[in-house]
Amino acid sequence: MRGAATFAAEFAPENMAYAAVVFATIARGRVTALDIAAATGAPGVVLVLTHENAPRLKPMPLFMTAGKAGGGDDLPILQDAEVHYNGQPIALVLAETLEQAEHAASLIEATYEIDEAVTTLEAGKARGTRTGIAFGQPAHVEIGKPEDELATAAHRFEATYTTPRHNHNAIEPHAVTLYWQDGELYMHDAVQAVNHVAWSVGSVFGLGEDKVHVTSPYVGGGFGSKVLWSHQILAAVAAREAGRPVRLSLSREGVYRTVGGRAQTEQRVALGADAQGRLQALQHTGTVIMSAHNALPEPFILSAQSSYATKSMLLDIQVATLDMLANTFMRAPGEAVGSFGLESAMDELAERLGIDPIELRIRNEPEKDPMKGLPFSSRQVVWCWRTAAERFGWDKRQAPGLRREGEWLVGLGCAMAGYPYQRMPGGAAGITLTADGRAQVSVAAHEMGMGTSTVHTQVAADRLALPMDAIEFRYGDNALPGVVLAGGSQQTASVGSAIIVATRELVKELLQLAGNASPLAGLSADEVGTTHGGLASLADPQRYESYASILSRAGRFELSVVGQAPMPGEGMHWSMHSHGAIFVEARVNAVTGEVRVPRLTGAYDCGRILNPKTATSQLRGGIIMGLGAALMEETQVDPRNGRIMNASLSEYHLPVHLDVPDIEVIFSDIPDPVSPMGARGIGEIGITGVSAAVANAVYNATGKRVRDLPITLDKLL
Amino acid sequence: MALTVNGAPVPVPTDPRVSLLDLLRERLDLTGTKKGCNQGACGACTVLLDGERVLSCLTLAVQADGRSVTTIEGLVEGAMHPLQQAFIEHDGFQCGYCTPGQICSAVAMVEEWRRGSPSNVTQDLADSAIELTHDELRERMSGNLCRCGAHNGIVDAIVATYVTEGAR
Repeated sequence: MRGAATFAAEFAPENMAYAAVVFATIARGRVTALDIAAATGAPGVVLVLTHENAPRLKPMPLFMTAGKAGGGDDLPILQDAEVHYNGQPIALVLAETLEQAEHAASLIEATYEIDEAVTTLEAGKARGTRTGIAFGQPAHVEIGKPEDELATAAHRFEATYTTPRHNHNAIEPHAVTLYWQDGELYMHDAVQAVNHVAWSVGSVFGLGEDKVHVTSPYVGGGFGSKVLWSHQILAAVAAREAGRPVRLSLSREGVYRTVGGRAQTEQRVALGADAQGRLQALQHTGTVIMSAHNALPEPFILSAQSSYATKSMLLDIQVATLDMLANTFMRAPGEAVGSFGLESAMDELAERLGIDPIELRIRNEPEKDPMKGLPFSSRQVVWCWRTAAERFGWDKRQAPGLRREGEWLVGLGCAMAGYPYQRMPGGAAGITLTADGRAQVSVAAHEMGMGTSTVHTQVAADRLALPMDAIEFRYGDNALPGVVLAGGSQQTASVGSAIIVATRELVKELLQLAGNASPLAGLSADEVGTTHGGLASLADPQRYESYASILSRAGRFELSVVGQAPMPGEGMHWSMHSHGAIFVEARVNAVTGEVRVPRLTGAYDCGRILNPKTATSQLRGGIIMGLGAALMEETQVDPRNGRIMNASLSEYHLPVHLDVPDIEVIFSDIPDPVSPMGARGIGEIGITGVSAAVANAVYNATGKRVRDLPITLDKLL
Repeated sequence: MALTVNGAPVPVPTDPRVSLLDLLRERLDLTGTKKGCNQGACGACTVLLDGERVLSCLTLAVQADGRSVTTIEGLVEGAMHPLQQAFIEHDGFQCGYCTPGQICSAVAMVEEWRRGSPSNVTQDLADSAIELTHDELRERMSGNLCRCGAHNGIVDAIVATYVTEGAR
């Protein structure tokens, strides 16, 4: 706001050197010669690091291969001459100034031996696919007899939907400022997983995670991308070799070369319905691209697992292995693009059946989780549909292609949004109460703009019955309690449940300290509550003593506790999801094919809303990213050499101010009975359903069905 | 050779490759101005040069010789600029990284509008009093990208600060 927040690339240790990275320009092969003479001799150059002089390192532990593994890939970093993808780092230059480093990097000449590479989905399929392993399980689900049911269903619909690669494009490029001291590494990093980064970097260098200190107080957007990639390792190696602090701030192009995005998908959706539109078969199968060195086959089948009641189900993800930078998690991995296929297909089926698309979905509302068979903890899908439809004016929708205003064809569309509730193990929170009646709440959690610090200041103030300005929320540092990933829309539940436990611990300790002279004497922790900056008997609120009074009588300046969140058992017994219904007005220019979206309305059931202002912003942010995916976003790769062609913010188009309408977000605010605080995650659901709703609205406007994202004007002419 | 940054004289760096952005961030420790793309596509580095908004990544420091630069840190002395206050009120930011650029850009954008400079969506170029409509405001701010999706809040903050009616 005032420019005073310090991001990772803005810490300035004494005697710091600047790093610049050189990226391979072939998709597959090896470096046969690397001419670094000019770079080494260039003014200001401190060090040139290549595979020929880099120390031996272990690869990064790949995400999800161990509890705190946080590597985007597990390729060797400057360990040999092999090139695995176009953009792989092949050299690093360290210099006194940024200008000197960038210039010297430009002087390095690489010669390659080029192998044949697989760079497209088609080529990858031709080579043969394998079943994806998503979250430790084969991505294949078969319930009932999906082929028979489809063949014999009264109504059948089948189509293929495709989505391109996407990049996160946080406006802050990935950056780290770091230094070594007495064999320990100190990193100011831009990450959404401080503990994962510390443990994983430690593993690369053979250090315990207690020797790696990671702070990340401000993160300029993450969306899944800000974990451990090769640049942090390169910077740490350079700093150790040069014996001085290093800053490595990736260029925008460098982010595209170093940090993976969302994978391309090709999805087949086949629906079989009876005469009333009830699903007899739901099939969502297809192929995604993936590198041989990462952990995530884009799980586009997730939406289909819990959206609709169906007599039979077939879900399957095949992986085509390409020579490419590791793809990774990006906001709502799976649902963001999977909902495009499924929710487009539901719209298409509704039209075949002559049923309103909302009505079709409500007819297929499941009573229990259709795959797991578990009861839903709370499911307000019908409320979402009815509420948003009324606010949006769904009753004004006409048959496709009928509404025209001047040059503009106008259409309305809708889709279901959904994202599961998650809470990962490892949540913990520290509370330190001081004799002046203030509390410091500490969690190794992250603030990337979601409102984490505000919401948890609020949660802690509420639990401790202290004013918000008496709470200091500390986060973004792996020295603090807890292993809390800012991912999977789970951070708030993880931190919140830990704060609840820590508060309980604190109450117990306070009662012990209070002793017999206190009005609280003899009461157990279950018999008191927090109120007005102290504790009071629940049965007799007159029996009250303030925290400050308890501490000062005990002669204590402060009292500290750490609470460990219980293991997340709620997900074992309940199917827990947030849901929503998103409505879109699309205007398509009859002359140019240009698409504009002047109106978006969504109603969401995300449990209790802890902070309506920041929650609304989270939803809008997701919706806008969905709008980008619908209309413009596409990472383009040159099939000849596997190189990302639009590695810049001028050629990878994001929604800008003029593309973004006022977005109305409505919350049910119905607490989830089994989640801590009654809340479910809100960070990712916003992006889901949006691209289908846009495609459905474009169809309603024009009568043209676009099944290939993004919906650019060439597909409508 | 010297320029003025937030009222203080600053020598022009001897290395002519130094951009105004890198001068601010790496040599003057004025890190409120952000680097998002370093190629003029995102607007995060927007500062005021003699009161006009410029992309400091595409401006060499030597080009600012003899001129006056205002960054987010120098927008006001002491208290908050009303627009900064409005950004907080209207939740016009999430991660905060594009925010300094959005604010500097909006401050100069309003001056451009007030003196009648047309934009790409202005219907009548000869119009002496252009209305800051929904599209006019958004078009004029479209050079400042936001990936968190704070667009609604940003526009609301600008409208609340500068426009009583007309942009909604």
